[in-house]
Amino acid sequence: MARRITFMKAINEGLDMAMEKDERVILLGEDLAGGAGVEHLEEENEDAWGGVFGVTKGLMPKYGRERVIDTPISEMGYMGASVGAAATGLRPVPELMFNDFLGFCLDTLLAQGSKMRYMFGGKAKIPMTVRTCHGAGASAAAQHSGSYYGILASIPGIKVVVPSNPYDAKGLLISAIEDDNIVVFSEDKTLYGIKDEVPEDYYKVEIGKAKIKREGTDLTIVTIGKMLYVALEVADRLAKDGIEVEVIDLVTVAPWDQKTIIDSVKKTGRLIIIDEANPHNNTATDIASVVGDQAFDYLDGPIKKICAPNTPVPFATNLEQLYLPNADRVLETAAELIDDLKK
Amino acid sequence: MEKLSKERAEWIYKKMNDIRNFEDEVHQIFSTGSIPGFVHLYAGEEAIATGVCAHLTDDDYITSTHRGHGHCIAKGCDLNKMMAEIYGKETGLCKGKGGSMHIADIDKGMLGANGMVGGGFPIAIGAALRNKYLKTSDVAVCFFGDGAANEGTFHESINMASIWKLPVVFVNENNAFGEATPQKYASGSKKIADRASAYGIPGETVDGKDLAAIYEAAGKAIERARKGEGPTLIECVTYRNYGHFEGDEQKYKAQKGAEKELAERDNITEFRKYAIFKKLLTAKKADQLEKKSAEDVENAIKFAEESPIPKPESLYEDVFVD
Repeated sequence: MARRITFMKAINEGLDMAMEKDERVILLGEDLAGGAGVEHLEEENEDAWGGVFGVTKGLMPKYGRERVIDTPISEMGYMGASVGAAATGLRPVPELMFNDFLGFCLDTLLAQGSKMRYMFGGKAKIPMTVRTCHGAGASAAAQHSGSYYGILASIPGIKVVVPSNPYDAKGLLISAIEDDNIVVFSEDKTLYGIKDEVPEDYYKVEIGKAKIKREGTDLTIVTIGKMLYVALEVADRLAKDGIEVEVIDLVTVAPWDQKTIIDSVKKTGRLIIIDEANPHNNTATDIASVVGDQAFDYLDGPIKKICAPNTPVPFATNLEQLYLPNADRVLETAAELIDDLKK
Repeated sequence: MEKLSKERAEWIYKKMNDIRNFEDEVHQIFSTGSIPGFVHLYAGEEAIATGVCAHLTDDDYITSTHRGHGHCIAKGCDLNKMMAEIYGKETGLCKGKGGSMHIADIDKGMLGANGMVGGGFPIAIGAALRNKYLKTSDVAVCFFGDGAANEGTFHESINMASIWKLPVVFVNENNAFGEATPQKYASGSKKIADRASAYGIPGETVDGKDLAAIYEAAGKAIERARKGEGPTLIECVTYRNYGHFEGDEQKYKAQKGAEKELAERDNITEFRKYAIFKKLLTAKKADQLEKKSAEDVENAIKFAEESPIPKPESLYEDVFVD
């Protein structure tokens, strides 16, 4: 049996192995090590933090400050520098500490990095992996809890992956770093502590391929990131009533795997999408629109989206729990869809 | 630093004329409607792009601005392919998919004109970071306008370049206006170069119409960058011959005084006189270079006009590396 390590450790290991394999891989971000220039830390070759959550702990001592670069608090500066370094041959992995800081650096992704290859007639390559974190549930309130992977997913030239478990996190991160395009790797900060079996070797998880986590015939539930666990709970509960749910972890938000989802809907005739992002113009909306167009004749009822409400993330614990999609909400919706089935 | 040689002076004089002819022609053709979109012309500022790029090789990188044709030409991009790009033709430098505002040639170290004012700063320091990381002696030059000096990227990028002693030179082309707003209105510091001291790097203001002054300042700064001593900010005070974009009525331009005098100085004529006086150029050689330049630009127009438009399927190509 493979060892069990946390989501956070799996990401750390993916970074470590990618850096070991390819010297062009460098990390940039705020406090990836922490304590730059502090004499007593330099003497001991120690990092102060290893990232605000500890995800990059130990990488600076191993690879040095030339490769694990602590930047000033200058998101557009280092994100743009990563675009420049990628365009000229390195494979930078910048970390945007929280995806809520996107506003500070959006130009470098929206107008520069994502468009360079196209604008330059196919000459540029921007092999860059943007690590960031999203997600409510940590009492971090409105400016540190949003889920904005869908905003980035709407930009041509950017791939976006959202791992739901330690195994996928390591393998997807390695795939992202090996990819010659900009890949946004969005980590749910509330998953950092979960443990799972993760192989010690260097392996890849395919970008663009959704994963069927549980097979079923009556209802398809598509999830993004930690919403997988909500769907699995719903599937368990519905199974008691003899209803078989097919649960699909989207894994890649852009470009998302149309075939796996459409094939599943053709089989089950019912679709619920759970997306923690705010409800409008998000990934769930896009999936609903494509499935409605491509598999309309197979649908036995309306496509349902379960998303966060159209509000910022609230601070108070009870409100934050209300904000997040949960199993009860999904079950209510599922009940509407499967009413006919029961009759 | 290498003194201005005869060979360099000839190269510079040819490139200055290439830029002027290219831009004057684009100005003319644009008014006929043959060139789509927006164009922002570099005419009047030739001394800066050429005086700086005279110190660079294909291995050095530059980032450019809205007003990027001059930088492209000075960095060695092909005139035919440049003109074809501006016409939106398949044979263009960017297969007709970039246009004037995004013209680029990575093989020549030209990382793109930029539709975003101030967009070049972080890209330039990224290229410089790459140069330093790979332990090359290559440099990056970030050309930027007076308008871009007021973008946040200016601050973040110059600060980072300073703390990491990156091999980059920030070359400001202060042409008196950011779009239609005077620089003296939009900037809290009288001289943009004065801001260098806030970042702990050298800053210098030079006459942007004086090729020799720019050549010297850029030479020192680039040498300093190559030696690993860090970035420099050079402000070149100049003036654009045309408007912000083609079609701009330019109502904001001064009718008299120092600004008008600056506007009336022609940096190409001044350099011709200077180079002949310094025996770097003969009148005969200068005439030949002017003639050759006019021919090259004529050929570029012919090439562009005769080139095919992009194939429809190319709309979908080159979004991703497959």
